[in-house]
Amino acid sequence: MAIDTDDDIKPPLKERLSAQMSNLGKDIQGSQAWSSIFRPGSIFRKGYTDSPRNRSYVIMNSVLYHLHPVKVKRHAVKVSYTLCLGGLTFFLFILLTITGIFLMFFYRPTAAAAWDDIYTLQASVTFGLLVRNMHRWTAHLMVLTVFLHMARVFYHGAYKPPREFNWVIGVILLTLTLLLSFTGYLLPWDQLALWAVTVGTNMMGYTPVFGDQVRFVLLGGFDIGTDTLLRWYVLHVLMLPFVAVIFMAIHFWRVRKDGGISGPL
Amino acid sequence: MVEVPEHLRKRAEEARAKAEASKAAAAGETPASDEPEMTEEQAATTPDAGDAASKIPAHLLERSRAAKAAASGQADEPAAVASAAAVAAAAAPAATGPGGHTQRLLTVVKSGSIQDVKSMPQDKVHVWPHLLVVEFAAALFITAFSTVFSIFVNAPLLELANFNETPNPSKAPWYFLGLQELLTMFHPMVAGVTIPGIGIFLLILAPYIDKNPSNKPEDRKFAISLMTIHLMFWAVLVMIGSFFRGPGFNFVFPWEAGLFFEL
Repeated sequence: MAIDTDDDIKPPLKERLSAQMSNLGKDIQGSQAWSSIFRPGSIFRKGYTDSPRNRSYVIMNSVLYHLHPVKVKRHAVKVSYTLCLGGLTFFLFILLTITGIFLMFFYRPTAAAAWDDIYTLQASVTFGLLVRNMHRWTAHLMVLTVFLHMARVFYHGAYKPPREFNWVIGVILLTLTLLLSFTGYLLPWDQLALWAVTVGTNMMGYTPVFGDQVRFVLLGGFDIGTDTLLRWYVLHVLMLPFVAVIFMAIHFWRVRKDGGISGPL
Repeated sequence: MVEVPEHLRKRAEEARAKAEASKAAAAGETPASDEPEMTEEQAATTPDAGDAASKIPAHLLERSRAAKAAASGQADEPAAVASAAAVAAAAAPAATGPGGHTQRLLTVVKSGSIQDVKSMPQDKVHVWPHLLVVEFAAALFITAFSTVFSIFVNAPLLELANFNETPNPSKAPWYFLGLQELLTMFHPMVAGVTIPGIGIFLLILAPYIDKNPSNKPEDRKFAISLMTIHLMFWAVLVMIGSFFRGPGFNFVFPWEAGLFFEL
């Protein structure tokens, strides 16, 4: 029979358990399995450590290099300078593309089906109402951010040499945004759409010399009808976005070629 | 003392090393030049020593001698002066500089004195993380905002389009309501085509009209005032068209007649 010494006396079970529990988190997080799954930068095979070299590689070795240089002027990252307006406009365009693709699955551009499709989308498609709402509100928001972006660029004098031509492209993009929004306005084929577009196209019909021709081309006929709907649908989902993307590519490319963002003031 | 730029100093050192290497090689090949090296002073005081010390490779010396002979042989009496000059010119390279250099650094022209340095050093930061984090936050914010807003506010969907029933008032999308407002004051061609056309055209031409090179607000009072007046003018027109126009597109106050506005 062994003689109990002071060393062998264990603390009560309760204390041991609580000590174990308090160490549990540390033990798990220190384990090899944990650190191999949750190590920082685990999406990179060799891990990611924060160094100037790796900061450069994040840009250089990714598709982001098409959009951003490795380094930018210090004042260019200040939110108070750009208010993120150009970037937000681009991001809203992406959001609109995503939500728009979703809407395209449920929509037929004919006078007979268009309104019913929208109604069905809202009533019986999962997230249909939400996505249509998002498409509508982000579209209005994008018109707003484009306007504000233009104002911001003007007040910073950022259209001055060497950026004159990029300003021209920007004005074209502003016009394209308005056209994109306006062509989308007709698609629900409700009273709001029909009469807003009637007002708009009547105005364009007053173009001097070839006003009637302009109106005929826009409407695909003498009156708004199912041909107009198809025409504006193709303009809205394909042609204008296509043209806008091309001009955006030139716009972003010129921002970098003209020496990055303007300023500081 | 002018500072010698690092790359020029390196180049000079390399050239010196190369010259010494070739000299050593020449010394190994030609026993005639197997004399102990002269000091620079000796070389300077005795011009003929150039041949003896053979600082210049033997085949080059031979070639220059042949050229000299040819020049003097061809030289006729009238061109005597010219040939003398040619001889002098040909003889000149035979002399070598201190240390046996056949070329030396005359001067260092600092960059900036003749070259226009265009890119001055700038205070820059890495795009990752400084810019991408801001962009990501902005994108997250706008996504969250539009999602939450869309949950609570529904997009309008009025009844099916009906050609026989014109709503009163009929309004264009809000960004065209400024134009529709102009329609109440001008002929449709002026309000719908001429004014917006000229507006867009002037906007495009802005950088070509405004030749003021400064981008400081205090230097651009006129441009800024002009733009602000136009933006305000436009905003006021849009707001009147949106909120202050009722049935028949007549002027109403929204707090009396209600809103006639759909987004």
